[in-house]
Amino acid sequence: MSRVHVTCTINGDPIEFLCDGGQTLLDALRDEVGLTGAKEGCGTGDCGACSIVMDGRLLCSCLALAPEADGTTISTVEGLASGDDLHPLQQCFLEGAALQCGVCTPGFLVAAKALLDRNPDPTETEIRYGLAGNLCRCTGYDKIVRAVQTAAQTINES
Amino acid sequence: MLTAMRYASPTTVAEAVDLLGSDPDARVYAGATDLIPQIRAGRPEPTVMVDLKRIERLCAISSNGSTYTVGAATPTADICADAGLTAAFPGLVEASGLIGSDQIQSRSSWGGNLANASPAADTPPSLIVNEARAVIAGPGGERTVPAAEVATGPGATSLGPGEIIVEFELDQPPARTADAYLRLIPRTEMDIAVVGAAARVTLDADGNVAAAAVALGAVAPTVVRVPDAEAALIGNEPAGDALAAVQAAASAATNPIDDKRGTVAYRRQVAGVLARRAVSMAAERAREQGGQS
Amino acid sequence: MTVTEPKPSYKYIGTRPVRHDGVEKVTGRARFAADLNLPGQLHGIAVRSPHAHARIVSIDTSEAEAMPGVKSVITGDDFPAVAPGDRNYDMCVNVIARDKVFYEGHAVAAVAAITREQAQQAAAAVKVAYDVLPPVLTIDDALAPGAPVLHGHMLTAGADPPAEEPSNISNITRFAGGDLDAGFAAADLVIEREFTTQPVHQGYIETHACVADTGQDGHTSIWCSSQGHFNVRSSTATLLGWETTRIRVIPAEIGGGFGGKTTIYLEPLAVAMSAKAGRPVKMVMSRDEVFRATGPAPGTRLKVKLGVQSDGNLVAGDAYLIYTNGAYAGPGGLLGAMTVFESYDIENFNIEALDVVINTARSAAYRAPAAPLTAFAMETLLDEVATELGIDPMDLRLQNAVTEGDPSTMGFPFARIGFVECLEAIRDHPHYTAPLGPNQGRGLAAGYWFNIGESSSATVNLNEDGTATVVTGSPDIGGSRASMALMAAEVLGIDVYDIRPVVGDTEAVGFTDVTEGSRATFATGMAVVEASRKMVVELRGRAAKMMGVDVDDIDWVDGQAVYTGSDGEKDPLPLAAITGKAKRTGGPLTTTGSLEAHGAGPGFAVHLCDVEVDQETGVVRVVRYTASQDAGTAIHPSYVEGQIQGGVAQGVGWALNEEYIYDSDGVMENPSFLDYRVPVASYLPMIDAIIVEVPNPAHPYGVRGVGETGIVPPIPAVANAIHNATGCRLRDLPMSPIRVLDAITSNGGSKGA
Ligand SMILES: Cc1cc2nc3c(=O)[nH]c(=O)nc-3n(C[C@H](O)[C@H](O)[C@H](O)COP(=O)(O)OP(=O)(O)OC[C@H]3O[C@@H](n4cnc5c(N)ncnc54)[C@H](O)[C@@H]3O)c2cc1C
Ligand code: FES
Ligand code: FES
Repeated sequence: MSRVHVTCTINGDPIEFLCDGGQTLLDALRDEVGLTGAKEGCGTGDCGACSIVMDGRLLCSCLALAPEADGTTISTVEGLASGDDLHPLQQCFLEGAALQCGVCTPGFLVAAKALLDRNPDPTETEIRYGLAGNLCRCTGYDKIVRAVQTAAQTINES
Repeated sequence: MLTAMRYASPTTVAEAVDLLGSDPDARVYAGATDLIPQIRAGRPEPTVMVDLKRIERLCAISSNGSTYTVGAATPTADICADAGLTAAFPGLVEASGLIGSDQIQSRSSWGGNLANASPAADTPPSLIVNEARAVIAGPGGERTVPAAEVATGPGATSLGPGEIIVEFELDQPPARTADAYLRLIPRTEMDIAVVGAAARVTLDADGNVAAAAVALGAVAPTVVRVPDAEAALIGNEPAGDALAAVQAAASAATNPIDDKRGTVAYRRQVAGVLARRAVSMAAERAREQGGQS
Repeated sequence: MTVTEPKPSYKYIGTRPVRHDGVEKVTGRARFAADLNLPGQLHGIAVRSPHAHARIVSIDTSEAEAMPGVKSVITGDDFPAVAPGDRNYDMCVNVIARDKVFYEGHAVAAVAAITREQAQQAAAAVKVAYDVLPPVLTIDDALAPGAPVLHGHMLTAGADPPAEEPSNISNITRFAGGDLDAGFAAADLVIEREFTTQPVHQGYIETHACVADTGQDGHTSIWCSSQGHFNVRSSTATLLGWETTRIRVIPAEIGGGFGGKTTIYLEPLAVAMSAKAGRPVKMVMSRDEVFRATGPAPGTRLKVKLGVQSDGNLVAGDAYLIYTNGAYAGPGGLLGAMTVFESYDIENFNIEALDVVINTARSAAYRAPAAPLTAFAMETLLDEVATELGIDPMDLRLQNAVTEGDPSTMGFPFARIGFVECLEAIRDHPHYTAPLGPNQGRGLAAGYWFNIGESSSATVNLNEDGTATVVTGSPDIGGSRASMALMAAEVLGIDVYDIRPVVGDTEAVGFTDVTEGSRATFATGMAVVEASRKMVVELRGRAAKMMGVDVDDIDWVDGQAVYTGSDGEKDPLPLAAITGKAKRTGGPLTTTGSLEAHGAGPGFAVHLCDVEVDQETGVVRVVRYTASQDAGTAIHPSYVEGQIQGGVAQGVGWALNEEYIYDSDGVMENPSFLDYRVPVASYLPMIDAIIVEVPNPAHPYGVRGVGETGIVPPIPAVANAIHNATGCRLRDLPMSPIRVLDAITSNGGSKGA
């Protein structure tokens, strides 16, 4: 079976890769492109560990097919920092101890970035519902929600 | 996933219908939020995945003043962001917004929600109380049917071979009309309805009910309309006895099963409660509208 | 933070530095097990039983072996035989079944192929003929006369008289003290209640994964996610019948474990296939496999009876506890017996606990194993006692709480503990007296976990520039690296960021037990402190040499060697000056600490929970939560709070929603995060964590384990809050909307009606 040739932009870089027609975008990012920041916690859209943004939309990359990426612009957790400068969300997660094991963290950061892009000043409830698609089993969410609140403040003040 | 699967991304309805017609194991999808988990669980095993999202008509929202047209693959996030739809069908838009998470919202569609034919799907009861019509394209051309007629049982639809839902049509509701949708889930988000209840109410100038529709999800193989509840409301103020009658009628109209998500007794009881609350909420919204106009 | 007694002033301990592995984890660069790929690697998949209980008649792998890309197919026959009754039997046959499968999802074979898809197709082509047996799915099934017996060799341990026939009861535990009859005779109020709970899963977000690379020399390297790589090494060696030296285990970052990654599932399969194929083999479980084949915590049936005098004095307790441990013998009941009455001073008690086996996945540890369930029984009973006697629930607990010197269930006296301090911290918190809204209720509950010590090793290496590397053998499951660095910094007197804490592989650091029993910061911390103290001794010696003075005249102060002798003034020598000259003063500066840690201080916690109940649908929302816990000394307070908050979230999920649902054949019906409902962010409020610090006398810095106790009180706290809101007592888990509505309805409507 011939493979599908996909051309897209990932974290600002032009990327080409080959994938199978039935391969998920998550698998292609991890196995074909070598970006392992997005994780598979479930493969069925329930945990959000695989969150990425494609053409401005936050989605579970485990529920998209890799060929769909052709011609799109994708951002992943690996593209969040600019050079050595961490994104305020990353900084606030670190300083606020918003990660324990850290396996959910890439998904949370990508989803939180999408949330703040859409709603720069969310309430606690909006953050909690906005991030309900991301499971964290370690933190009880308290420090994650606070980190997002602090990051929103930091961004809005800068 | 299976390497044997091919990917196709038609840009016209005709192309999509042709692709479906040429291979009985081809499957269309919009968000794939139902389809990919099902494939992972072993069924179905499509040979071709036909992505509907590159067909402009399937992802468009428009209105000609009297009718809204919503592409069947339009992400529910776009539906929720549409001011016109939100004003005209607040309950339907809320139901759409309840599906999954923000991540799922970027992908989930009315077409998929309806064609997947899960009894617990959130938008069909609201589509039905708003008398939505589905425009269906197939090898024989296009036809338009009430959305209520698409799902025929768990996982089963009236779509013929090679047919796809292209778009939904919804008529602008009359004055002093509003809808509401409520569901019962154990978690606050990311959950499948144990019971869903949609209601639409039109009030007359005196605040009595002129027209009503009540539909329940997850309590029978397909969405259940509750004509007795509707009859109890007509001509009455949506309060007190009329609401009690709605609750009783809704409970009585259910035909639920015991499963991992709920019991017969629980579904029956809660269907009544949610129907009553949904009617009340819809009436409240209709009243506010009357006040504004 | 509540500080209960004067403590030494620390420079680093108690601060909140950004963790050393943090940047990697927020940039997506941290390598978890599934992120690793080796050249030439194959993908392995386990073939799993669709039946809960069956005899394996035959396995035909010929078709699978002939399929494209397939390089290796293995079955139980590829491993050394293990006799029923052997002490490793359960572990070995759980990893790969031999003659029988004991649960749906039990691995019976495994295949490795060039692509994952090829492996999946080949796995589907392995033909297993089963002789299906009736499944034993509940405690009642297991104990019924004439029940199918899972293990023909299993005689109940601890039975009196000794068991002669095999049964599904693996173990009976009995503890007793005082005179039970006299105790109940002296009581003014006797209450007996029965509780039931279902198995739940730890729910770590990272699924099990490993890569094994076996060379022609018969040595293998395993990269995997586990709570203890030395345990992976020994278990894999046992399964394969290999010498330990042939196996090197390299810990990957671990994406959550909570006890569920203290055992092994995939590694021996990957090694065996890698050895057969001569190529690396990677195995990654799907979420579905994780639910079906790994770690549930036990389900239970508990009967507890309390005798109380009218002034609130607890005088007698009788407990009959039954725990399911899945398909093999397990310690659920034993641990239940050790915890049920432990928090209170009850002179006359009797405890009998049964461990039973059923046809579900083999239970694994889950945070304070067994204790949340005994707390559910005990703490809701206490609430009922308080209501009956008209005593404030807080006062009742304060009156009966164990304190230093009181005997534990096992008989030894408690050392200094912080239970009363935790109770007081909650009593004095504004939450305790805050008004409640309509349909809201408040619940109080306490919890206890004994914590453990065990073996730990650490190495401190000083580098030429005066920085340090601290190597330990404890996988970092939630920020423990930072705590190790903080303790080393405190001893060495250098900045915490000049220390690189790393987790060493099995060939790079001394033996270290699994990260469990909340032992990492306690026991491995002790090893770090020991190694660091040895280093200080060494540094003083080197400095003495450099200064030409007697070592006894050198003190180590704030990272410098300070001369205290009478031979005039000498400039202090900072650590970097000593490391820079190490070659000339005796060579590399390396010290180790290896120890068997004793005296893990018991951890107590007290929680206060507000819920709001929809009286018409039974839906319960937790609207406010405050938790106090004794950490001894909080090395890194943020991560202590995080442990408390995480425990609360898991406990709330367990209380309200989480449960394994099986059909009548023993097939799991909810093996996904959509249907197995762990709490999402919108399901919880902020969780106010109060750290109480009553130092543990057995640890150089007073540390107690904090990882587990936090999950113990939430279930009864929620149950008591529901009672406060509705007037209904719920004694079956989960307290789902269905159960709550049912209770409200049979109670004749809402509260007070
Ligand atoms: C985490 C998660 C949470 C969820 N939560 C909810 C929820 O709260 N409520 C709820 O109702 N659902 C929920 N779902 C299910 C799913 O998201 C919805 O049913 C969604 O609307 C499906 O839309 P889709 O476009 O993704 O469907 P797809 O998966 O693309 O398609 C579903 C089915 O419909 C067919 N189909 C799709 N489009 C068409 C068309 N235009 N014409 C004909 N056939 C078509 C497909 O062939 C397929 O059989 C959830 C799913 C996940 C993964
Ligand atoms: S892996 Fe995609 S949502 Fe869990
Ligand atoms: S930090 Fe472990 S799952 Fe979130």
